[in-house]
Amino acid sequence: MTTFEAILLTIVTASTPLLIAALGELVTERSGVLNLGVEGMMAMGAACSFAAAVTFDSTLLGVAAGILAGALMAALFALVVLGFAANQVGSGLALTILGLGLAGLIGAPFVGARRDPVPPVDIPVLSDLPVVGRLFFEQDLFVYASIALTIFVAYYLNRTRSGLMLRSIGENHGSAHGLGLPVWRVRFLAILFGGACSGLAGAYLALVYTRFWSPGMTAGRGWIALALVVFAAWRPGWALIGAYIFGAATVLQLHAQAAQFGVPSQVLSAVPYVATILALLLLSIRRGRAIGAPGSLGLPFVPDR
Amino acid sequence: MRFELTPRTSVSPVLRALAPVAAFITAFLIAGFVIWLMGRSPVAAFEVYVTQPLSDSWALQELLVKATPLALIAIGLAYCFRANFWNIGAEGQYVMGAVLGSWLALTTHGTEAGFWVLPAMLALGMVGGAAYGLIPAFLKTRFGVSEILTSLMLVYVAQLTLDYLVRGPWRDPQGFNFPQSVTFDPAATLPPVMEASRVHYGTVFAVIAILVTAVVLGRTLFGYRLRLTGDAPRAAHFAGFSARTTTMAVFAISGGLAGLAGIGEVSGQIGQLQPSISPGYGFTAITVAFLGRLNPIGILVAALVVALTFIGGESAQIMLKLPLDLTQAFQGILLLCVLAADALVSYRVRLVTRGGGK
Amino acid sequence: MQADVSPTGPPLVELRGISKRYGELLANDGIDLRIEPGEIHALLGENGAGKSTLVKILYGVIEPTAGEILWEGRPVSIASPVEARALGIGMVFQHFSLFDELTVAENIAVALSSDWSLATVRSRLGDISRAYGLALEPDRAVWTLSAGERQRIEIVRCLLQNPRLLILDEPTSVLTPQEAEHLFVTLDKLSADGCSILYISHKLEEVRRLCRRATILRGGRVVGAIDPRERSAREIAALMVGNEVGEVRTGTAHAPKGEMLRVTNLTLPPAGLHGQALHGIDLVAHAGEIVGIAGVAGNGQSELFAALSGERPTESADTIAIDGRPCGTAGVDARRRLGAAFVPEERLGHAAAPTHRLSENTLISHAAAEVSRSGFILVNAARRLAGAIVKSFDVRTPEGDPQARKLSGGNLQKFVIGREIIRRPRLLIVDQPTWGVDAGAARLIRQALVDLAREGSAVVVISQDLDELFEVADRMAVIHHGRLSALRPISEWTKEAVGLEMLGVSQSQGAAHAV
Repeated sequence: MTTFEAILLTIVTASTPLLIAALGELVTERSGVLNLGVEGMMAMGAACSFAAAVTFDSTLLGVAAGILAGALMAALFALVVLGFAANQVGSGLALTILGLGLAGLIGAPFVGARRDPVPPVDIPVLSDLPVVGRLFFEQDLFVYASIALTIFVAYYLNRTRSGLMLRSIGENHGSAHGLGLPVWRVRFLAILFGGACSGLAGAYLALVYTRFWSPGMTAGRGWIALALVVFAAWRPGWALIGAYIFGAATVLQLHAQAAQFGVPSQVLSAVPYVATILALLLLSIRRGRAIGAPGSLGLPFVPDR
Repeated sequence: MRFELTPRTSVSPVLRALAPVAAFITAFLIAGFVIWLMGRSPVAAFEVYVTQPLSDSWALQELLVKATPLALIAIGLAYCFRANFWNIGAEGQYVMGAVLGSWLALTTHGTEAGFWVLPAMLALGMVGGAAYGLIPAFLKTRFGVSEILTSLMLVYVAQLTLDYLVRGPWRDPQGFNFPQSVTFDPAATLPPVMEASRVHYGTVFAVIAILVTAVVLGRTLFGYRLRLTGDAPRAAHFAGFSARTTTMAVFAISGGLAGLAGIGEVSGQIGQLQPSISPGYGFTAITVAFLGRLNPIGILVAALVVALTFIGGESAQIMLKLPLDLTQAFQGILLLCVLAADALVSYRVRLVTRGGGK
Repeated sequence: MQADVSPTGPPLVELRGISKRYGELLANDGIDLRIEPGEIHALLGENGAGKSTLVKILYGVIEPTAGEILWEGRPVSIASPVEARALGIGMVFQHFSLFDELTVAENIAVALSSDWSLATVRSRLGDISRAYGLALEPDRAVWTLSAGERQRIEIVRCLLQNPRLLILDEPTSVLTPQEAEHLFVTLDKLSADGCSILYISHKLEEVRRLCRRATILRGGRVVGAIDPRERSAREIAALMVGNEVGEVRTGTAHAPKGEMLRVTNLTLPPAGLHGQALHGIDLVAHAGEIVGIAGVAGNGQSELFAALSGERPTESADTIAIDGRPCGTAGVDARRRLGAAFVPEERLGHAAAPTHRLSENTLISHAAAEVSRSGFILVNAARRLAGAIVKSFDVRTPEGDPQARKLSGGNLQKFVIGREIIRRPRLLIVDQPTWGVDAGAARLIRQALVDLAREGSAVVVISQDLDELFEVADRMAVIHHGRLSALRPISEWTKEAVGLEMLGVSQSQGAAHAV
């Protein structure tokens, strides 16, 4: 494997958790709910998956625990913002603070433990193709899953009736309620889906990307996933492209740090965050204000009954 | 099954005042449950978290020390949140205030520079925080970029900047390679309020900020402008209040106060720059602001209450081997409970179980 | 034509003793109503009489506090719009339940049961469009459509489900007179096909044109069940309003004096994604006159208001002159200081902050009111001002200084208009002054506008309510697609001419006189 191929491979690995988390949040936001708790749900996913994987020595159980943890956190968020119509921005922030703290508690006994690499799944024949072979057809299962998830979300939103319902509810919850669409139920499920995806992304971080647990290991990836949703103008295909651009930026800055260009490592570490700001900025300049944002995004829903 | 919300026709002031108290008690019960799950005694934890700090004069001073940055930042955030702008990057503004203020302390280090250093440092701290806060404000007003994500991303950038400085150009050459600056000269140190006290003059600034804010928010057109912008942005525009000016103003104020908290903490408390100068004050202050219902006096009380959890968390770590993360988790729960309680003040919530709920 | 009311079978739907209580307010109080198969039944009443609440109960959006619903003689409970549709009830809301960013076909499919695919919707859409003259393009995004076209989507949505009962809530409020006539033809056809129609309105003419039976509501109760063709308009109006509402005394217009407002070639690009552009608008308002601007909603009225008020300043100062002083680039504050006052269309959230007290709401026009001094709020002055407005404009408040949201629509509208009029502005620009306001408040507001003009101020009234403009305006123009027609004396306009202008069929000077 050449260095170039290795870099490409790590880009895929770095992009996958961003993509998974962004897709989950995208569905949540399309239903009209802004969940800023991605970072916290991701941290919980990472901590719980790692704890479960080490305890039971099973990657599968680890992944399940990660997804469950993310979904449970999301359920708590749903209770507060749907049940009590609480402010979504504040509640999402609280979820992040809570998630980071709880993840620290859960992960503390596992600091220092390591997991073996998850073996890649080799797609015969195709993986023998030069360059692209190993890049696209000899990845871990999560990578394939994330691509499948992108296609599924795109298909679900644009081609299914249930997806149409979800989009309508996100666009205008008042009208949707007037037509008798189940605003509350759809949003609850969309929030759970978002949480499960964040949990899965966290599990990927802990079980595949780093293979250990450390506090603060999500390092703002949840926030970058949130920015990706805006960057993607709430479209799954663009989320894929965006995730890979950001993944590439992250990996390249790591390689640049290793190469010791004489640029301080902190400057390179700041690249993903500055890039996020710049991406949001360029997008706004090009497209004007928040085009594509669901009409009811972030607004509390209180039907008169 | 679903929840049914009915807007309350009138809200009694008693209910309004009780809501944060109820939220705090609920959060405490949840935290107690978590501690019990972890196999520790919630009673012992309560003892360490609350009773001990309040019964010990050293701890009481420590309470003021911790409450100072929380109150300063939260009072600034109240300006933003009242106008419905989500500055969640106060942590970054705090750091940048500390960095810019410290720059002067380090530049004048070992010189004969006199009494003017300290006030200039404090002013620079406010300028640094305000300028850093104005970045998301500018991006929002000029280009329509959401302030939520940009202000947060800038926290990471600020922390990396500080990290670079204390490991690189600003590192103390005699510091055995530790990532820290030289210890500030006395002229650059914020003095304690009383001899041999840990409480420094930052606490006085916090009290002044609270009093001034109480007048500004309650009695001035500017305060009304913020409320109107937050509650009915179109009406604010119709009233002739430019949204652009409002945004810039509240971000500058909250950034400036966070920056003041930052330089106050470094110059009055730590005495030098380190890679970490905050246990997350900028984020915790969000909880403080909401727990205090965005009201200056409320914030004063909330800052003291939340500072207690910091001190309690530190002693619980030592005495009960409870990790510090528990404090953070508690603060998250507390914020969720406060926001839910806010909703309970405005709506009557009823759990409806009926087939085919909507 | 309309099927005869058959006394033999049970009525299609019967409401018995329906009540709905919101806290202390009884929105519906023991309402009985019968609708026979195939009839067009009118539900008449003023704003706030409880019509909307009643039909929302029938459509399952709101749960009644008491009472029962019988469908073809059987008691039913309608827990949601889905259940209502399953019974065969379709509803066209006054505020459309549409999704702007979705296409016509998607908007229709989302409201139908799950066995409707987009493809079936498309093909059936064609059939229905032809049968009832409801032309629609399935792939257009809704935000590109006119109000009339949007209403067609709502109607087609219902018709695709072969409804037995179609409910229309104030369907003509957003239509031109010609579009309204087109709708009536569709409704007659539907009725002839056996579909019952519950037609909600407060416009007598329409009801007399369409219906043989009408139920009249007032204050949440049934106050009459009549044949509208057999009663005089005056009689019905008296039932609707209770004590008779007098007419607005217009007095004699003085010869117009100075020019208070001059708009010259006002052209503005659309604001935001779905906004309407303004094209070369010229307008003059003199002291002492009321200038009316008619038009169907969404043709540039709010954009015109924003440009006149200074909420959206123009590029060049000369575009707009108030009292002879160019102020196109000035903001709303500066224009208030020139003696102008403004009342926007939205009461809650634009003219007033819903959660703020009335005294605090006086601060919104602080630039021209004595409620602040050197940046400090004069709390007592604001309270006194609010009290004075409440007193002189007969604003009924639940308590001394309530939050704005606690006032009924009519009372809040009296307050926001009173807040401007009380300081005797020399120019008043008001958008939809009596939208959704009860008859008593509407009369008081119109009278106040007329009185202000007769005292020598210039008043510009932007309104969708043609009757209102014919009642108060001295001169009038019609806005269509961001262009303003010629401004002519009210006596030179007929409703037909206005309708044609609303449709964009511009009339020559001479044709406007023709009936």
